[in-house]
Amino acid sequence: MWSGFPLFPEQASTVAGRVDALYTFLLIVSIVMTLLIAGLIVYFIIKYRRRTDDELGAPVTGALTLELLWTVIPFIIMMVMFVWGASVYFTLSRPPQNALEIQVVGKQWMWKFQHMDGQREINELHVPVGRAVKLILASQDVIHSFFVPAFRIKSDVVPGRYTTVWFEATKPGTYHLFCAEYCGTQHSGMIGQVIVMEPTQYQAWLSGGTAEGSLTAAGQKLFQDLACHTCHRGDTQGRGPVLDGLFGKTVQLQNGQTVRADENYIRESILNPSAKLVTGFQPLMPTFQGLVSEEQILQLVAYIKSLGTQQAQVTSGAPSPNEPAGNPPLGTAQEIPASAPPLQPALTPPTAKDEKP
Amino acid sequence: MKDAVAPVLPREHYLNVNYGIRSWLLTIDHKRIALLYLVSVTFFFFLGGAFAVSFRLELLTPQGDLVQAETYNKLFSMHGIIMVWFFLVPVIPNVLGNFLVPMMIGARDLAFPRLNLASWYLFNLGGLFMLYAVLSGGVDTGWTFYTPYSSLFSNTSVVITVLGIFISGFASILTGLNFIVTIHTMRAPGMTWFRLPLFIWSHYATSLILVLATPVLAIVLLLVMAERLFHIGIFDPALGGDPLLFQHLFWFYSHPAVYIMVLPAMGVVSELIATFSRKRIFGYSAVAFASVAIAVFGFLVWGHHMFITGQSVYGSMVFSFLSYAVAVPSAIKVFNWTATLYKGSIAYDTPMLYALGFIGLFTIGGLTGLFLAALGLDVHVTDTYFVIAHFHYIMVGGTVMAYLGGIHYWWPKISGRMYPEGWAKLGALIVFVGFNLTFFPQFILGYLGMPRRYYAYPEEFQILNVMSSAGASILGVGYILPMVYLVWSMRYGPSVVANPWPATGLEWRTTSPPPTENFAQTPVVTWEAYEFMPREETEVVGKLTPADQPT
Repeated sequence: MWSGFPLFPEQASTVAGRVDALYTFLLIVSIVMTLLIAGLIVYFIIKYRRRTDDELGAPVTGALTLELLWTVIPFIIMMVMFVWGASVYFTLSRPPQNALEIQVVGKQWMWKFQHMDGQREINELHVPVGRAVKLILASQDVIHSFFVPAFRIKSDVVPGRYTTVWFEATKPGTYHLFCAEYCGTQHSGMIGQVIVMEPTQYQAWLSGGTAEGSLTAAGQKLFQDLACHTCHRGDTQGRGPVLDGLFGKTVQLQNGQTVRADENYIRESILNPSAKLVTGFQPLMPTFQGLVSEEQILQLVAYIKSLGTQQAQVTSGAPSPNEPAGNPPLGTAQEIPASAPPLQPALTPPTAKDEKP
Repeated sequence: MKDAVAPVLPREHYLNVNYGIRSWLLTIDHKRIALLYLVSVTFFFFLGGAFAVSFRLELLTPQGDLVQAETYNKLFSMHGIIMVWFFLVPVIPNVLGNFLVPMMIGARDLAFPRLNLASWYLFNLGGLFMLYAVLSGGVDTGWTFYTPYSSLFSNTSVVITVLGIFISGFASILTGLNFIVTIHTMRAPGMTWFRLPLFIWSHYATSLILVLATPVLAIVLLLVMAERLFHIGIFDPALGGDPLLFQHLFWFYSHPAVYIMVLPAMGVVSELIATFSRKRIFGYSAVAFASVAIAVFGFLVWGHHMFITGQSVYGSMVFSFLSYAVAVPSAIKVFNWTATLYKGSIAYDTPMLYALGFIGLFTIGGLTGLFLAALGLDVHVTDTYFVIAHFHYIMVGGTVMAYLGGIHYWWPKISGRMYPEGWAKLGALIVFVGFNLTFFPQFILGYLGMPRRYYAYPEEFQILNVMSSAGASILGVGYILPMVYLVWSMRYGPSVVANPWPATGLEWRTTSPPPTENFAQTPVVTWEAYEFMPREETEVVGKLTPADQPT
């Protein structure tokens, strides 16, 4: 496009080209239709302009075939738009299994990021090029929206639940991050940057800085500090359900329904434990509403997820270099399916090891 | 049209039947109530416009420098709230509709004249609450009042504003009710459903939405107030509520409300195109049914405002499909209007210029709606300036253009005077140019990724914002101009005959301005809609005064 007057934002993700292709199709249809209507109007008003003051229009009052044609043809074109748009949307709403997970908390008026290895950032998000990244979005207050125009992605960040969005960046660079849902006085200041790096640089960035231990480790510490482990024990003798291997499973509830144990379910069970009571257990658990922040809940979720994957995977013995020594052996970064293996020089394509059970 | 000017002779009509403030404030004449509404909505239009001018000035530069961020947020919020509920929703139904619905069907008044007056008082009471909210510091929630921001986080005058909208909603309901009953029961002998002008069909469809959707708005606003005042957990998750419940309820009203704003405009345009082509609207029944289809399908597409909220993927697909379905009747209308021009006898009077402008801008507005209905594309463009541009093409390019066209077209009937044609043509041109310069750059801005409701923005967006602000100043001139010359023409414009254009509707078969009871005797309709006849056959009904004789 014109360099001084761009019509398209930069394309920097795998879906950007698909969104632009759909946009271009709609643009062409729109230009053709607008020119057709405008052209006909101009032609008719010149050709059939009133020549004498008492002239009347010709008695042309309808033509069924013509009317059916201009009902059916637009409908068919619109169905192409519908199917095309739905297919892009479907891709956008299904993160790949092996995606790198990053937790995002939106609050008035900043973006906070927690990487699985423990790095935290505010209003800046570092990600590797060529690797699918899945963001788990939580809001601490009002509705926000995570928008990166160069990636053509956007997702509302809704308090009270998690939403997800994913992308795979295709070229290194620095891109705008906007809050797209009006969230109060400094809404337009709730902006940041997504910094896409070559895998090697990303590894260097990951190992630099002052990580405070992986999220699972932080989650495990919280799990102990909040005394969750007294009821949610490793054996079946606890007063609460066993959490090992829980994540991703289907849970049988007291009321006869079932629910899939995903991030939203774990979050809800921490904040509102009696909402979905597991069958065979008493409603004994107190709410942790107000006792844990959104970030801490996300850490607990990360820890419980790590318990879920433990049995399916061989626990890696080598602690990651960016973790402080003396970290508990349970829940190191390697056990999180989505985290990047930090010792590898370049990120490898997904392997079976990366897949969830 | 030169021969349309008649000598002035004193004659009793609805404007001079009695004088004094009481005769206006206690009137139950639908025509006088229409003029009362005209004054009210014109006031709110210029107030909402003043807010728009202020924030367009702020947006000239990327930095926030003219006003504070908080002030900016209040400006766009109050612009939206006032323009939607105190201008766009009432403007055509309550001004032109009030004036014309009884006249077009050959009735003496609406079915419930007192309710009609009550509706105006309710509207103004709501308006006073709104003004109080403005003066007490304003409101900063955006016109959409998304929770939990509006219910718990904003510390501006949310309750007063919401109360104002709540009250004015009852004005809408009363108007809708009045129109439905009037159209069903008070048509003149021979005025069958398929002899009704398309203006009536579109107002009938609009009334259905007014009556069915507005109560949902009232409910959701009450719920916001309940959460805000009494901390009853409805929308805020911290209190056990669901923030998306608000959006479902709000858009269940507010998407149909888009059709409340545009269907009457479509009705106006059908009248203008027919009169100035001297031709029956091509495919009359298709256009009539399209209005009803839009009203019905309009209730089923609210979820397309929520594609990125994390709602079910399959739910989104259903909403996307239905959104395309509702686009079909709108497309049909555009094709039918265009086809009406074919072999017409086309005059370029000001109302026709507005009508042609409407078709062009509504086409662009409608087509860009298809972009937003395409799921994968909506993700990128929603909540950006693309959406702003799209709905301004519908609301301003569509509704306001049609309204201005309608006001010019019926001005001789309303005031008995002709507006100055040269100034009016200039005004129409200024509005068209200013409108496109204001809003077309916003499509590009949106696709480039500039989010809406941004007080400060990255520098690369400045050129397009400057174009938009420049356009807004031109548009402002285009709106002030008609107000000046229309007021001027009330005193100095030449008097007109009963049917100056001439047109076919019953409203033209009575004197200009009409008598209080509209027709000297009840008309009997023996002709089809838009049946253009040689001039001498379209006489006024009943006894003619010399002033009404065509010269």
